[in-house]
Amino acid sequence: MTSSEDTMPGLWQGFMAVIRRDLLLAWKRPGDILNPLFFFAMVCTLFPLAVGPSSEQLSISGPGIVWVAALLATLLSLNSLFLSDFEDGSLDQLILSPQPLPLLALGKTVAHWLSAGLPLVLVSPLVAVTFQMPGRTVGVMMLTLTFGTISLSLLGSIGAALTVGLHRGTALLSLLILPLAMPVLIFGARTVALAAANDAVSAGIYFLSAYCILALALAPFATAAALKISNE
Amino acid sequence: MWKFLHKLASPPHFYDLSAKIIPWFVVPGTILIVYGTIAGLFYAPPDYQQGDAFRIIYVHVPAAYLSMLAYTVMAVSAGIGLIWRIKLSHAVAAAAAPLGAWFTFLALITGSIWGRPMWGTWWEWGDPRLTSELIMLFLYFGYMALRAAIDDTTKADKASAVLALVGAVNIPIIHFSVEWWSSLHQGATIVRADGPAMPAEMLLPLLAMILGFSFIFGALLLGRVRSEVLFRERRSRWVKNLVLSSGEQG
Repeated sequence: MTSSEDTMPGLWQGFMAVIRRDLLLAWKRPGDILNPLFFFAMVCTLFPLAVGPSSEQLSISGPGIVWVAALLATLLSLNSLFLSDFEDGSLDQLILSPQPLPLLALGKTVAHWLSAGLPLVLVSPLVAVTFQMPGRTVGVMMLTLTFGTISLSLLGSIGAALTVGLHRGTALLSLLILPLAMPVLIFGARTVALAAANDAVSAGIYFLSAYCILALALAPFATAAALKISNE
Repeated sequence: MWKFLHKLASPPHFYDLSAKIIPWFVVPGTILIVYGTIAGLFYAPPDYQQGDAFRIIYVHVPAAYLSMLAYTVMAVSAGIGLIWRIKLSHAVAAAAAPLGAWFTFLALITGSIWGRPMWGTWWEWGDPRLTSELIMLFLYFGYMALRAAIDDTTKADKASAVLALVGAVNIPIIHFSVEWWSSLHQGATIVRADGPAMPAEMLLPLLAMILGFSFIFGALLLGRVRSEVLFRERRSRWVKNLVLSSGEQG
């Protein structure tokens, strides 16, 4: 028992090691974290430029704009989730390791959310202010974005795992994930819009959190299966 | 029973058997569709609200029904293929996807044509069924794009099977969320077809059309699986023999 403990790290240690490694890699390449954030801010800038500066109109379409931009920014960062691991062979090691692959895939997804989703949630109030969003709405928006980006990271990890070895993977990843992500977008954006209209928001938040938990329970297994297939 | 299934899953046996089965789908399918078309277009009474415009349901509803059925067939056979590693099952899934996409497209087009006189617009975002069908079409596109992007057939089978299953889990959620979304801003302009119960002269042709479409779908699916099997087994001996023997005849 003791000897196996010496040689083999436990489930939790393996899980944490994957997260620590990915966060360290992200930290060493800050562009990977910052680029999706700039992209998010720029998409949010495009809409007022395209639609017009009327603050009345922007306060109506603001929640939708922020959510679409968040969805696109998450997709952008998802493309590289397994790519470097696939190229340098770390993915083989992850698959061969004694830890269950779904757990390690979940670790990578958690690291992805911490380095892509969480910064997005934290930056979103800056964008919301320019759309004349009141304080309560901003709070609801951050809450929905938290659940939403976790769900999108989990859902997107399936798509990233399926497309990892392929050329032209970026466009394909969007094509696979966007239809699946529509419930998250619908509930996220509509809930923020309801909050802006001073309506009840609990239904949407319940749904988003339920979706998040469902994705948390199922997505790692699909991601692991997809990783094994892609890495054959 | 198991022996029969195992035998069925072997490509040459399936190829022979399906040739015999296809007429059993084509003949009743054609009869039902001919009956449904004539009875639906000429004998069913006009709707008291929509007049003759409602008659497009005789194409629209079967197409929408088959867009769901095709996805179910695709996801179930993809799952069977993934779990029990039956190659034929993957071929069924691959063959079902384009058919499903076409039926989805047909349902969207006919819904849009119906919407023009009823709603005064080709497209009504407020209608949840139309939006769900559109997302359904995107799901088919994603599935087919993933298949097309992977060169290795075995790998494409497995990867697209995972996607089909993930999609199958999501479809009820998508439908529910689109319903919820449209209920927030449901306009009063939408005329619902499902108000009063349909009289039998209207309903029977519709049921005949749904059943007829299903039979034709079965025939098309079998035909597509046959060519899919031939392509996949193109290096095997039985296909070679098949080609050689048909060459002798012709």
